[in-house]
Amino acid sequence: MTDRAPQASADTILPAGDPTPPVLAVKARSQWRDVWDQFRSHRGAMASLVFLIAMILFVLAGPLVWRLDPTALDIRNKDLRPIVNALWGAEKVSWAHPMGTDNLGRDLMAQIMQGGRISLAVGAAAMILSIVIGTFVGVIAGYFNRLDGLLMRLTDLFLALPLLPLLLVMMLLFRDPLRAAFGPEQGIFILIVAGIGITSWMHTARIVRGDVLALKEREYVLAARSIGTPSRRIITRHLLPNVLSPILVSATLGLATAIITESALSFLGLGFPPDFPTWGKILADSVPRMTAFPERVIWPGLAISLTVLAVNYIGDGLRDALDPRIRGL
Amino acid sequence: MLDQDNTALVQVRDLKMHFPIHSGLLRRRTGAVKAVDGVTFDVMRGETLGLVGESGCGKSTCGRAILRLYDITGGEVTIDGTAIGQMGQGALRPLRPTMQMVFQDPQASLNPRMTVEAIIREPLDEHTRMTGAEKADKVAELMDAVGLNRRFAKRYPHAFSGGQRQRIGIARALALNPKFIVCDEPIAALDVSIQAQVVNLLEDLQEKYGLTYLFISHDLSMVRHIATRIAVMYLGRIVELAPRDALFGDPLHPYTRALLSAVPEPDPTRARARDRIVLQGDVPSPANPPKGCNFCTRCPAVMDVCKQVEPTYQQVQPGRFVACHLYETTGTADPTAGHPPHIS
Repeated sequence: MTDRAPQASADTILPAGDPTPPVLAVKARSQWRDVWDQFRSHRGAMASLVFLIAMILFVLAGPLVWRLDPTALDIRNKDLRPIVNALWGAEKVSWAHPMGTDNLGRDLMAQIMQGGRISLAVGAAAMILSIVIGTFVGVIAGYFNRLDGLLMRLTDLFLALPLLPLLLVMMLLFRDPLRAAFGPEQGIFILIVAGIGITSWMHTARIVRGDVLALKEREYVLAARSIGTPSRRIITRHLLPNVLSPILVSATLGLATAIITESALSFLGLGFPPDFPTWGKILADSVPRMTAFPERVIWPGLAISLTVLAVNYIGDGLRDALDPRIRGL
Repeated sequence: MLDQDNTALVQVRDLKMHFPIHSGLLRRRTGAVKAVDGVTFDVMRGETLGLVGESGCGKSTCGRAILRLYDITGGEVTIDGTAIGQMGQGALRPLRPTMQMVFQDPQASLNPRMTVEAIIREPLDEHTRMTGAEKADKVAELMDAVGLNRRFAKRYPHAFSGGQRQRIGIARALALNPKFIVCDEPIAALDVSIQAQVVNLLEDLQEKYGLTYLFISHDLSMVRHIATRIAVMYLGRIVELAPRDALFGDPLHPYTRALLSAVPEPDPTRARARDRIVLQGDVPSPANPPKGCNFCTRCPAVMDVCKQVEPTYQQVQPGRFVACHLYETTGTADPTAGHPPHIS
């Protein structure tokens, strides 16, 4: 190239004998714009995105507007029914507590808002952690034959561990040092995220490994090797973009699992402190009186399932949007 | 040893590529698939060496092993004066621009998630320090060189036809101005009309840039068109290597004869007059090749010695190499032809 490069670039700038003008100037649309356009055409994903943003606003900005303290007891107003019950009966309802109150008179709407902050944060952080670990282990195991056996046996080991007892032991061992280091809420948050994250990466790792094993035999990976692309860039440039779909699917499922696992921990009294509401704990606390007060299960249940559904749809739309074949370019 | 012509760009000496077979509970190594088992040839500067043979005979493996896409089992490969046979992949990296590859399946050899521009730019990203604008210019220039419209730079491979995709693959191979390109059945996955276009493009590029090709194919008529010399492989070994016209005019090895007799003859009268050699049986497994000559199980001219002794690969006429017992005693050009063949 050394002898041809300058001349060639001069050629392209000034196409002397070339009858067609240089057409590089045709404005190439940004790739992310195409992705966004495709994403917008997925109705479910758009609706879900709107819903998820609304939900995040609800839990983040809601407490600024709805200034009731979620932990304040108000025994006189206990067991209020949601406002919709006024439509069909003379129930105990009050506009001061539109979603009702629990058996100690705490406002449910304030609890859902406050709990949503924790649940969404824990769910997202734990999901990201487990996806990162799972993808890393899966890619390394799939790409480097030598590490495959070791890493997959490690994965099997984690899969074989009974998760709940493991989490309980982790809580017992690390709760106090972490609380001392980061404060009671931060410490528990880190502990729960780490606990859920490192006990739920295995399925992602297996799926990613399987895909990488198939992809690394594809000719374009061989072509990259023949060019001299080092392994790390083969992984980031050729393998990761092509295993994106299964990663996104396990990410959306992982969010749901993380929220539920957090609620299980809270239910066992090993998550956040008892007066600290999370969606999972509101749900678990209300189960004993579910027949009398179904709304106390329905509100957090709806919040969890709609969030998970929304994230699933968004993942679906994102997967389509990121695939150039579906994008139709 | 065989051809000490100092214009050889690529020298392959006794190249072996064995893939281990692991079996049993403990995954012990129980054998090896001898995909390439002792191949020796030279590729001269500026020539096209055709490498032909039936499916599974090790052609593609041979091509990939020469480019060191595998860690070879034995032998030596010298490209442009540098022995690369035992070099580590890291040390090999700066030499990659010299040797490139065009792949068989243009669909599979292009990453579906990269734009054409990104695909052609990848070698530039890896080996040059050009700025973004210089790379874009170079990509556009390469797209011109292979006959692709520059407007398509931002499109994805799935939007192209097979022939266009193969052009993208060729542009990628050309990006670093290589000297040597292994074309691994570049036309096998294309329509006949597109095959001609791609082959002509390869020929034009060869003329323009002074490229040297190792053209792997099973399409004998296409090889006859493009190659200057032809090597015939059977079960991991080269059975015959000769200049094109000599090989097609007077094939020496029985396998070459059988192979050439399978080429369709367009003239019906000549086709009727011609006697086809139809080989019996199947190709033996490369994991368990026969004793003696690899071809002895199917050879129409098999002798007793063929089943015992491996024939040596030797020059029988100037520029013609063959590995067959038929020529070991009657060999005229090679003074060592009569020596007792070694037992392997």
